[in-house]
Amino acid sequence: MTFKSFTRWQMAMVAAGVLALGAGVAAQKVQITGAGATFPAPIYSKWFSEYNKLHPNIEVNYQPIGSGGGIKQISSNTVFFGASDGPMTNDQLLAAPGKLMHFPTVLGGVVPVFNVNGVSQLKFTGPLLADIFIGKVTKWNDPAIAKVNPGVKLPGDEITVVHRSDGSGTTYIWCDYLAKVAPEWKQKVGVSTSVNWPVGLGGKGNEGVAGIVKQTPGAIGYVELIYALQTKISYGPVQNMAGEFVNASLDSVTAAAAGAAAKMPADFRVSITNAPGTGVYPISSFTWLLLYENPKDKATARTFNEFMTWMLTEGQKYTKDLGYAPLPANVVQMEMAALKKIKVQ
Amino acid sequence: MKFRLTTGALASVIVLIVVGVAYVLWDGAAPSIHASGWKFWQTSTWDPVSGEFGAGPFIWGTLYSSILALLLATPVAIGIAVFLSDWCPMALRAPLVFLTELLAAIPSIVYGLWGIFVLVPAVREFQVGLPGWVRALPLFSGPPVGVSMLSAALILAIMIVPFTSSVAREVLKSVPTSQREAAYALGATRWEATRVTLSYARTGIVGAVMLGFGRALGETMAVTMVIGNNPQAKWSLFAPQYTMAAVIANEFSEAADALHFGALFEIGLVLFAITLLVNFGSRLLLWRMNRERKPKASRAVPVEEAA
Repeated sequence: MTFKSFTRWQMAMVAAGVLALGAGVAAQKVQITGAGATFPAPIYSKWFSEYNKLHPNIEVNYQPIGSGGGIKQISSNTVFFGASDGPMTNDQLLAAPGKLMHFPTVLGGVVPVFNVNGVSQLKFTGPLLADIFIGKVTKWNDPAIAKVNPGVKLPGDEITVVHRSDGSGTTYIWCDYLAKVAPEWKQKVGVSTSVNWPVGLGGKGNEGVAGIVKQTPGAIGYVELIYALQTKISYGPVQNMAGEFVNASLDSVTAAAAGAAAKMPADFRVSITNAPGTGVYPISSFTWLLLYENPKDKATARTFNEFMTWMLTEGQKYTKDLGYAPLPANVVQMEMAALKKIKVQ
Repeated sequence: MKFRLTTGALASVIVLIVVGVAYVLWDGAAPSIHASGWKFWQTSTWDPVSGEFGAGPFIWGTLYSSILALLLATPVAIGIAVFLSDWCPMALRAPLVFLTELLAAIPSIVYGLWGIFVLVPAVREFQVGLPGWVRALPLFSGPPVGVSMLSAALILAIMIVPFTSSVAREVLKSVPTSQREAAYALGATRWEATRVTLSYARTGIVGAVMLGFGRALGETMAVTMVIGNNPQAKWSLFAPQYTMAAVIANEFSEAADALHFGALFEIGLVLFAITLLVNFGSRLLLWRMNRERKPKASRAVPVEEAA
C-alpha cells in the first residue's frame, strides 16, 4: 500500500464516519410538508423558521402553490397540511378521503385603489363598488359616486376597471363581499378565485393591478391590504354594515373577525366580509390551514399540534410586522378547543 | 452496433416525452372534453363560476399576437442578420452580436416589467395622440388603456428578434464564400450579392423565422403582464385580449374545481396541437421550397449545385 492510497483510504473512512453521524442526526428530524395559498406564505415561512429556531429538529416545508393546489394536495394526502384563502366547499370536503378541519391563521383585507384626476380622497359603499365592477357606473362623475362623496369635484372621465387576471384569494374575498352587498353580483358573476368579469382588464398579481391603476387615469382596482400598506398606494374607505366609512387597517380587519366570532360555525368555514359591528372593515377574510381530524401519521400530528398551539399564541406577535392582521382573542380560544379534537393518539 | 443502440435509445426518449406530454394533456382534459364537447371551440364565454368554458378568444389571442409579432420582428431580424454577416465593419460586429444575444438572455418577466412601466404608457400616449378618424377605425378602436394586443405584439416582437436574427446570422455565415465570390465575379453589386446569399440561405432563414414564431406562441409571462387578460376576440390593436399560455399560467394554481382544471388542460392540449401544426407546416414549407429551389438556384449558381 503506497502512502498516497493509504491517505485516500483514510479519507474514505472519515467521510463514511461523517455520513453516519449525519444520518444519526437526520433520524431524529421531523420533516413536515404543506402546500397551498400564496397570500399567507410570507407569515408561514416566518413562523416555520422561528419555530425551527426553538425546535431545531422540526423542519416545516411549505410550498405556496395556490389555494386550489393546496386543497388538491391535502385531499390526495400528498402533504400533511393544506392551506387555502377560501374555505373548502361541501363537495370538496366530501371528495377528501377523511374529515378535514379548517383553522384560521391570520387575516387579510382587500382595498379599492383608484386613480382619478385631481381627486385624492374617495369613499365607497358596497353597492357602488358592485355597480362599478358590473359596468353600470361608467363615469367618475356619475351621481352614484357624487352622492357618496359630497363636495368632491369629480371629473367626467371613463372608469377603467382593473381586476386580477390570475386566480387569487384576493379576488375571492372581493367577489364574496360584492355578492353579499349586491344581489346582482351574486346572480351574474358569483364568487370564486377566478370569475367571468363583466368589464375591465386583468393585471397579473397585486403588482400588475397596482401598476395599471397607477398609470391609467380613471382606473379603479383592488389589491391586498398588505400590498397597499407596503407600496403606499392610496386607497379609499368602504362603508361597513354599521354605516361608517372605515379605512382598512390591521386593527379594523381584526375587528371584523371579532365581530364575526359571535356567529362562528364550529368548522370555522365562515366568510367575514360585511361583518357586523363598529370599526369593522368590511372586506376582510381569514386564511385557513387544512388538517385531517384523524391523521394517519400520529407522531407528526402531535408535533404539528404543538406548533399550532405556538402559532395561535406566541406566533401571532409576528403577524403585524409582515402586514397581516392577527386573530382576535376569542377566535384563538375557539381554535385551541378545536385543536384538541385532532386524534393524535 | 452498441453505439447505435445507445444513441437510438436516447433518441427514443424524445418520442416518449412527446407522447407522454400529449397523453397527460389528453387525460387531464378529459373532464372538460366530455362536459363541453364542441362548445369549447365555438363559444367565447369563460366562466369558472358557472362552469362554462369556451376557448375561442384565447386561440384568437395567441394566433393574432404571434402573427403580429412575426410581421413586426421578421424584417428587423433578417435586416440585423444581413448587416452583421455582410455589411458590418469588423470592429462593430462582436459588440453587436453580443448585444443581440444579450437580448435573448433577458428573462421574460423582466421584459414584462419593462412592458408595464415603459411600453404600456407609451402605447397609451400613442393611441391618445392618434387623430379621431383613425381611432374610429375598427383596427384602432377602444378606450386608451395601454394594456392591449399591440403592447403584447410589440413585446413579443422584441423578444423574438434576437432568436430569429441569431439563427439567421448563423445560416448566412454558413453560406459558402464561393457563392458571394461567384456573384461578384459575374459583376453583381454588393446588394445583388446579398440577394444571392439570402436566396441560398432561405430554407435556414424560414427555419429561423419559425423558431421565433414558436417562441411567440408559447411566451407567457411577458404577454400576460401587458395584454390586459380580457377574453375577447377583437381586431382592434388597442383592445385588451388574452392568450392560451396566459390563461393557463393565470388560473392553473387556483383552479380547484375539476371542470375548470380540465378546461385549462384542454387549452394546453390545443396549444400543444397548434405548436405541432406550426412545426409541421414549416417543415412542409421548407420541403416545398427545397424542391422548387433546385432548378431556380442552379441558374444563379451552377457550380455549387452540381457538386
